[in-house]
Amino acid sequence: MKSDPKGVLTGAHFIDGDHACAEGAIAAGCRFVAGYPITPSTEVVERIADRFPLIGGMFIQMEDEIASSIAIQGAVWGGKKAMTVTSGPGFSLMMEHIGLAAMTEVPCVFVDVQRGGPSTGLPTLPGQGDMMQARWGSHGDYGIIALCPNSPQECFDFTIKAFNLSEQYRVPVLLMMDECVGHMTERVIVPPADQIEIYPRRFYEGPKEEFLLFKPDNDMVPPMVKAGDGYNIHVTGLTHDEKGYPVMTVAAQEKLVHRLIDKIKMNADKIVEYKEDQVEGADVVVVSYGITSRVAIPAIDQARKEGMKVGHLRLIVAWPFPEKRIKELATKIKSFVVPEINYGQMVHEVERHSAGKVRVELVGHGGGAVHNPKDIYNVIKNSVKG
Amino acid sequence: MSDELLDVDESMPTNTVEEFLRMERMPHIWCPGCGIGTTVNCFAHALETSGLDLRKVSVVSGIGCTGRVAGYLKLDSFHTTHGRAIPFATGLKLANPELKVVVYSGDGDLTAIGGNHFIHAARRNVDMTVILINNFIYGMTGGQVAPTTPLTATASTTPHGNFEEAFNLPYLAESCGAVYVARWTAYHVRHVTKAIKEALAKKGFSFVEILAPCPTLYSRRNKLGDGLDQMVYYKENSEVKNDIDTKTVSLSFQGKITVGKFVDKERPTYLDAMNEYYGKKFGDKYTPYKG
Repeated sequence: MKSDPKGVLTGAHFIDGDHACAEGAIAAGCRFVAGYPITPSTEVVERIADRFPLIGGMFIQMEDEIASSIAIQGAVWGGKKAMTVTSGPGFSLMMEHIGLAAMTEVPCVFVDVQRGGPSTGLPTLPGQGDMMQARWGSHGDYGIIALCPNSPQECFDFTIKAFNLSEQYRVPVLLMMDECVGHMTERVIVPPADQIEIYPRRFYEGPKEEFLLFKPDNDMVPPMVKAGDGYNIHVTGLTHDEKGYPVMTVAAQEKLVHRLIDKIKMNADKIVEYKEDQVEGADVVVVSYGITSRVAIPAIDQARKEGMKVGHLRLIVAWPFPEKRIKELATKIKSFVVPEINYGQMVHEVERHSAGKVRVELVGHGGGAVHNPKDIYNVIKNSVKG
Repeated sequence: MSDELLDVDESMPTNTVEEFLRMERMPHIWCPGCGIGTTVNCFAHALETSGLDLRKVSVVSGIGCTGRVAGYLKLDSFHTTHGRAIPFATGLKLANPELKVVVYSGDGDLTAIGGNHFIHAARRNVDMTVILINNFIYGMTGGQVAPTTPLTATASTTPHGNFEEAFNLPYLAESCGAVYVARWTAYHVRHVTKAIKEALAKKGFSFVEILAPCPTLYSRRNKLGDGLDQMVYYKENSEVKNDIDTKTVSLSFQGKITVGKFVDKERPTYLDAMNEYYGKKFGDKYTPYKG
């Protein structure tokens, strides 16, 4: 299905990543946003608040992030595509409801414009310290999808992608921006609406008497209905059966939670996305994401100029992680170099899947700025030596 | 149990509230003497005569004993997280204003962990009915002190008695902007039914507080007898004072209980205010939001 032209600002724009994210949500068909102000994400909801009244959208500034992160789920059951937007401290507050959305299979988008942490940390400055929280932040086991844009254009494109993936897999999708990407102003092309692919919500179409709210299709994803459709649905965060009723047994837990994990894991080949540059024949592969994937380029270029064989693998989808590709590369190269604005998060995944076969070097940074490319270059240079 | 006891006498009249319940989920989890089931009965009767299209009624609960209400009602029902029924209901209502949205939850859920959402939904006048069952205690977790536990009452986390002032909930709701505020007890089944029916018919944030016995955790620990003894207490100590100033309706340990309809007024709902404001601001360019 194609995007609804109402609200799509086709053309070239000079806007920052936060504004581009808002435009992406509108193009994706999002018409419900609940949010709470927090730097450096606030511009997203400011633009939504400005744009929504005249395109039939509902924006509400809630009393806190906890309220925002569950208001969007009420809105989804009411039939809307919905999103909330935040940064570190707010993201921490939203964790319980990311779990609720995973457990009750609510398609929705959470945007986290990452800043320096922990706690209040560095509100106006960049960080990438929420990556593991994105994967494991809510209690219990569940599958999740997280995307990492590195430009305002990608903030637009990936917000649409986030909505599409959330509808396809009935899962909360996390758009893991960072302060640099959010506040960086660049050219953003908004295509004509008829060139924007939208994954429509999958509504139940079978006979009413056979309807079960959580009975999955072959791809492990159950179709949805809305409140008011006459199905007397029951939705609970408790462990539940296919009807949606609570069942406090090991068997019910095993069946449900396994599916929540498997619907992402078994579809990972379709979801995983990364971009490679000169990875074939490389001795060293730099694995990066978000703003750091741009900061790494001058370091890689310098090393290449000096004759080093350096490849670059950039994560588009951070979760699920491209484990197969890392495993494969670990048999071909000498080392991985992982720059990230934290003291080691995604590097653990690279280590885990390279399973001791090659060296894995972190180029850590506490946050507040991007790396100096020299620091990345130095680690590349040392790791080439072996 | 012998099979005879399970035989259904076809000539017996059916309980009229059964059509509102998910009978396949019975028996419920509530203790003997608990007042929550009584209020559900009242709610079903209120729905029966409300004239509402039941397909368009959604019930949202939080967590706790009363939080289980959503799971027993044969309506679209949502059992959300602790304290967050109101913001979920806000999203649901604003996404589809055609729905009649009812929040049905307990005192701890709605006024401790969910207190912030309660006051803001009342302030915004989001169109929803909030039914709060006040049993003075956290029942599900074993009888801990709540923001509603009367002074001096014993709870598992106030084993020497409670010294914190309790909320006066009708006053809280009114001062935050609720358009309908009533308090009754599980003894007053007809009044409860009527109040719920009135609240459902009201546009805006309507609030019904219902005091209900928790014999297992509140009465037992405070040596107040069983559920029936609490009903006798409600019967003998309730004073109906409609329209009285809500400042005066605080509760005390085993003291007098002021019940009645305290507030019934009109105020634009969140959605009406938004549509009216944007209509003036943007003129013809604005299409009133209808979901």
